[in-house]
Formats: sequence, structure tokens, C-alpha cells
Amino acid sequence: MTQTRNLIDANGKRTDGRGIDELREVKITVGSVKNADGSAFIEFGKNKILAAVYGPREVHPKHMAQSDRCVLRCRYHMSPFSTDTRKSPAPSRREVEISKVMRESLEPALILEDYPRAAIDVFVEVLQSDGGSRCAGITAAAVALADAGINMRDLVAACAAGKVDEKIVLDINDTEDKEGGADMPVAYMPRMEQVTLLQLDGRLTPEQFNECIDKAIGGCKMVYEIQKQALMQKYFGNETELKEEVQ
Amino acid sequence: MSSSRKSTIIVEHLRKQAMWDSLAKGKRLDGRDFSEQRPLEIEIDVIKKANGSARVKLGDSEVIAGIKVETGEPFEGLENKGALIVTAEVLPTASPHAEPGPPDEEVVELARVVDRGIRESEMIDLDQLALVPGKIVYTIFVDCSVLNADGNLFDATSYAVVASLLTAKLPILEMKDDRVVDTGQTRPMPVTTVPVSITAARIGDHVLIDPTAEEEGCMDARITIDTADEGYCAIQKGHTGAFTVDQLKKAAETARIKGEEVRAKLKELAAKNG
Repeated sequence: MTQTRNLIDANGKRTDGRGIDELREVKITVGSVKNADGSAFIEFGKNKILAAVYGPREVHPKHMAQSDRCVLRCRYHMSPFSTDTRKSPAPSRREVEISKVMRESLEPALILEDYPRAAIDVFVEVLQSDGGSRCAGITAAAVALADAGINMRDLVAACAAGKVDEKIVLDINDTEDKEGGADMPVAYMPRMEQVTLLQLDGRLTPEQFNECIDKAIGGCKMVYEIQKQALMQKYFGNETELKEEVQ
Repeated sequence: MSSSRKSTIIVEHLRKQAMWDSLAKGKRLDGRDFSEQRPLEIEIDVIKKANGSARVKLGDSEVIAGIKVETGEPFEGLENKGALIVTAEVLPTASPHAEPGPPDEEVVELARVVDRGIRESEMIDLDQLALVPGKIVYTIFVDCSVLNADGNLFDATSYAVVASLLTAKLPILEMKDDRVVDTGQTRPMPVTTVPVSITAARIGDHVLIDPTAEEEGCMDARITIDTADEGYCAIQKGHTGAFTVDQLKKAAETARIKGEEVRAKLKELAAKNG
């Protein structure tokens, strides 16, 4: 990755006007897919991503079922119109890999032993992509799983940090991902204090590595609060009105 | 669609218990320390038809990498750079669980993680590999085949790629009347740095590098860390478990120290065949 222009200006502002420790605007709507057992729609910067959960339900084909635990299945997919140049709807190798790391980042949070012989399907559809779509997808999927009432140890919140103009910054956007120096997506369970996803593309010194991972986890904690608020909004949002009705 | 499933390697309960007992005492079942790699053997130039090749044995894991140099159009957005493509395949010879056919997600991950480590380190100076900038560039394929699988295919494959690139003979091509002509001469690859991959598995509270297939059958989580020079260039956490931040920072430190040892070995190999 070679850099051609300054991505942080003299005032410390980034290409989209954010400071180095600032998250893009994140908005989560819970329960946006009526037919799904759980769902969430996330807007993470320019990302628009839908996550829908079906299950626990019967496993097909049946030989995939496991007698002691639930099978978790995950699909990350980008719509053909979600990118600058049309993306073929067939799953790319990138999507195969992201589906895998996404499943592995969610699995530690789920108590799959509670649903033997069943399957939980998580579908993540990127309708509009910006940088960090895997993190946004994981964030939405965790909320959708909670919305589906799946037994969980914790939510999984995800956020990237990276290197831009030799500075470690939070939540890399599309431009910074393409032109910047490094991108480190992280998924984290804040209550369990465990990292469930860690990837890195690009060069970092050992000091920058430590700073980057700490910054990304800080970002995950901010995302976690937004996730909790979104769930509260759906389940307790009308609490005051309810109380009034009871009285 | 990605699906959780039974691990392909099923380790018997008694054997698992033996492993846990042994790890609690600070030793692995094969007698290694947690930060000890299996013996690494690298043989180069094993395929004369390739522009470069290497056969790597890491314990009983065995991988062969072969380089083929062709010309083609540059990638979009990288018009003035040569193209470097790393692929990986687990041959049906490799284990009773390996099957022919399209790659499953584990093999796709293997190929992409190895490719990412090499690409992000900028090991090869791709700026030197454009013939007609924007139109015709060198396309370097590094194709890897796992011959025998006994764990840690990530590192074995990565070493095979690096060793073959370090010792490859790049044909010198020229443009004559809008056509690519092979001059019959060769030169070394334009190498800028030597990336080294170190993979560790977490089993319970223990983090051990270079896991065998049996250890992978017991592991909770995996981490692959690529270093180049003094820093990091690519990381991939894998498998269904998680790590604490502390474990990750320690693993990163180990990857740097151990990576240095492997790097010295690879550099020595390159010097001998330079």
C-alpha cells in the first residue's frame, strides 16, 4: 500500500472530518426483518448492512446436525450494487473467508450446547459498503442473535483501528483502508474481556501494534454501548408509556 | 455458507487428557517447549520446470511451492505494478480427511492468509515488474500444494513461498514490436524483505507455537502472525475460541523472536543460492 496524499490535515482532521479517536456515526435498528427470529440493520458510516437470524431450527441436511451442540452457520454477502464497480453475486473467496472469521468471532459468545441437534443461521447482507464492513456486520449479527433470544455469554462488538499517516487512528473508512498504511479489524466481548476476531493488513512496529489493538478495543467498547442502547430501545423503549397504561 | 462442524481430526478423550496433563507440566506430548518449533527442512529448486521452487518440511507437514512467471494485464488500481498471486491447495494425498474438489473454506483461508502475509510485507518490489506500465506486467504465480498435513499448514506454506521467491530465477523479458520476448537470461527476484509467519494455538490457558494436527484437534483458538523486519505486517486469528489481549500481545512478541530465527535460516538459504 503506497500513500499518495495526506489523509490527516494540519488540524488533525481526517478525510471525513473526524479526529483520530472518533468513531463514524453508528445507528442500529433492531427487528427490521419481520420474518426473521432476530434481526438488526446497522448504518456504520456509509455501510448499510442487514443481519437476520433464523433458528434454533432443524438442520438440513440432517447429517450436519451435532448431538451435543447447535450448528452455527454464517453467510457474509455483498449485494452486486453495494460497491463502486458491480460485484458479481457469486460468493468470492473474500466472502468465503469473511463468512468463516465472522462465524468464528460470534461462536465464543453463543451457548451452543443449549440447542443440541439444531442450527442457527446468520445472514449478513451488505447493501452498501464502506470500509470496515466485516466489523459492522459482526456488530449487527450479534445484536440480531440477541434479538432472536439466543442464549449468549456476551455481545460481540467489532471495530477496526489502523495506521494513517504514521498515526494510529480509530475506525478506518474506505479511503483510509485503500490508501492508508494498516488496517486491524478486531471483535471483542467486553464483559468477558476476550478478543474473538483479530486481523491485520499492513505494517506496524511492535509499539504501534500494541497501541492499535488497545485503540481498536476502545472502539469496540463504544460500539458495545450503542448495541445495548439499540436493544434497550426495542425491548424497553416504550417503558414509560407502558407504565402509564398500567396506572 | 460457513458452518461450524466437528473437527476433521478427532482426538480421543484419553489422548486429550494426556495432552492437558502434559501441558499443565509445561511440556507438549512430543516433548517440545511451548515456544519451540518442530525441525524445519527446506530444499530448493526441486522442480526444474518452475522458475523457482521449494519443498518445506515442518515436522511431518510437507508443502511444495512452485513459481511460474507469465505476463498479463496489471490489476485495477495497480497499473504500474507487477502482479503476485499466491495460491494454496491441500492435495488429496495430504491426509485421510483431504478430498479432491473445490477448496473448502479452510483451504480458502489458508491461501488467503499466506498470500496476505507476503503481499502486506511488500517482499517483492512490484514496481520493478512492469513491462509496459498500465498495459503489460510480469504476473508471478506462486502455487503451493500441501503433500502431507500434520498441522500448522499456514507456516509451512508461507516458508515454502518465501524460500521459492528468494531463490527464484526471474526470466528477463523485453518488448519487441509490441510483443513480449524472452531474452533467455534471468535475474533474481527484486526482494526487499523476508516475511516470516508464526502460528500459535491456544489450548486452555496455554499458547503454543507450531501446533501439530493432534494439537490443532484440541485447540480452542489459533493466531497467525507475520513479521517483516522489525515489525508486523499481517495477522489472522482463526478457529472458534477467543484470546485475551494479554495472550495476543505475548504471542506477538513470541512471533517476533521466533520469526527472527526462521528469517536467519531463510536468509542463509538465499545467500547460499544467490
